[in-house]
Amino acid sequence: MSAGVVRRRAAALATAKRQRTGRDVPSDGLNGRLPAPFTAPVGTSSFVDFLSAAAPELLPGRRPLPPGSAADLAPHGTTIIALTYADGALMAGDRRATMGNLIAQRNIEKVSAADDYSLIGYAGTAGIATEMVRLFQVDLEHYERLNGTPLTLDGKANRLAAMVRGNLGLAMQGLAAVPLFAGYDLDPGADHPGRIFSYDPAGACHEEPGYDGVGSGSLFAKGTLKKRWRPGMSRDEVVTLAVDALYDAADEDSATGGPDVSRQIFPTVFTVTIDGAERIDDAAVAAVAESVIAARQGNPGGVTA
Amino acid sequence: MSMPFYASAEQIMRDRSDYARKNVARGRGVIALKVADGVLFVAENVSGTLRKLSEIYDRIGFAAAGRYNEYENLRVAGVRYAELIGYSNSRRDVSSRAVANAYAQTLGSIFTQEQKPYEVEICVAEVGSRAEDDQLYRNTYDGSIYDEPDFAVMGGQADAIATTMRANYRADMELGEAIRAAVRALAESGVDQPRELTGAQLEVAMLDRNRAKRAFRRISGDALDALLQAPPSEAAADESSEPASDEATPSDEAAPSDEAAPSDEATDESTEQSGDDGGS
Repeated sequence: MSAGVVRRRAAALATAKRQRTGRDVPSDGLNGRLPAPFTAPVGTSSFVDFLSAAAPELLPGRRPLPPGSAADLAPHGTTIIALTYADGALMAGDRRATMGNLIAQRNIEKVSAADDYSLIGYAGTAGIATEMVRLFQVDLEHYERLNGTPLTLDGKANRLAAMVRGNLGLAMQGLAAVPLFAGYDLDPGADHPGRIFSYDPAGACHEEPGYDGVGSGSLFAKGTLKKRWRPGMSRDEVVTLAVDALYDAADEDSATGGPDVSRQIFPTVFTVTIDGAERIDDAAVAAVAESVIAARQGNPGGVTA
Repeated sequence: MSMPFYASAEQIMRDRSDYARKNVARGRGVIALKVADGVLFVAENVSGTLRKLSEIYDRIGFAAAGRYNEYENLRVAGVRYAELIGYSNSRRDVSSRAVANAYAQTLGSIFTQEQKPYEVEICVAEVGSRAEDDQLYRNTYDGSIYDEPDFAVMGGQADAIATTMRANYRADMELGEAIRAAVRALAESGVDQPRELTGAQLEVAMLDRNRAKRAFRRISGDALDALLQAPPSEAAADESSEPASDEATPSDEAAPSDEAAPSDEATDESTEQSGDDGGS
């Protein structure tokens, strides 16, 4: 693209920005004044609480659905795993979303950074879950902006539990979304800074020692992790182990996608350490996935220790 | 039997204006200025926790003078407003103009409808991808809004501070030079004797164009002290151009030259430090 085109695009964008008016905020006949929820006391500093007063229609749990199951309506994602290791925690997920027996999407991203020091992945209805993840990310940031300090890791885990619980009605109609949460605990008193929290559809939150998984393929992935995870592994070791475990999940569960060499689609892998949350780039994961595939040639069960 | 008093609308508005203006001017000064790498905020504030400067959104900052509880209330409203737009549309759809506009409407309606106006003056700034896209808005207690081309001064002896600032202002100033110019404007202006402002009496923050997602960072502690020390060349130029620089304190003059020159490393360090403590 020539410099002239770049300049013209920038100028057009600037003009468009000047003309844009942004989202219409309900004015309540207050002469454009920000309505009461905006100036209400900070309270729990929760963006979700604020939304429930200012714009409840934006909250996922507030939309009434007609009775009946909606389970076959929308794509589902599966198989996320999280492991602790020497420097913190790692979370990895496959890239497949399915609708019944069909593959709905091959390159969906189900793991992301919730904030600078935590990771979130999900299994279940993709539409519900992506909205939950996005709302959770904004909620954490909102708290930090209002208070000038981030929530503790336990605080973040509890916030997420409340959001999962808020989705119970939808879960009962077949639109369940269950997250997996991992983070680096900045509290100097924490024994193991890398921590993992699992959830059930009703919102119970449990801290998991070592490793955990969620989604239909997680049973198989956890089998691999049970045999091969040990405390204090190095980063390279856990990345390989995670890719290997997801391979086992894909091997047994049709809803979990394996490494797709022809399309160059590989699992999403994130780590969180004292240096923050970081996505391991595709080239590095591709190299690991190719070594895992190579190790299984003629030996489909893969390495065992 | 009580007699209803008549007061003209003009008189009521004038009284309210005087009341708000007087109380805003009672506080310490705050300056927001466009510089080479973004927008710099410098405030006189002895508290390290009750902030006058803060982040509204990824590329938007906020500075205020006046009554703490009132501008804190507006700050929270601004964060909520920005997050609501960002959540329901896209993060890139949040603009300082929309936030400043919401403040103007809110302050204007409080000014006319409430018992008393808010005793605040606030500034909303946004850093763009290029210097000419940077924006700086100043909102006053009565709902007026000003689009400031270079810098905004609030609180304290605002007119006197602005005059000093104007004399030293250049749009392409580097961070250290800009901080020193702003601090000098705060320290020299007004009825008080010219005084020295140390890092501990200042709150400094920056919307940094070069930071990827969240542009707002605080500059404090050693990083700020290093930037407050003028490099030898500039200090010499100051003294020659202003022989009557009685405000130059002994410590400034006696500063050994190696300490006085903040190296590039010191600046880089400051970025990281504030990234850590901010996270915010």
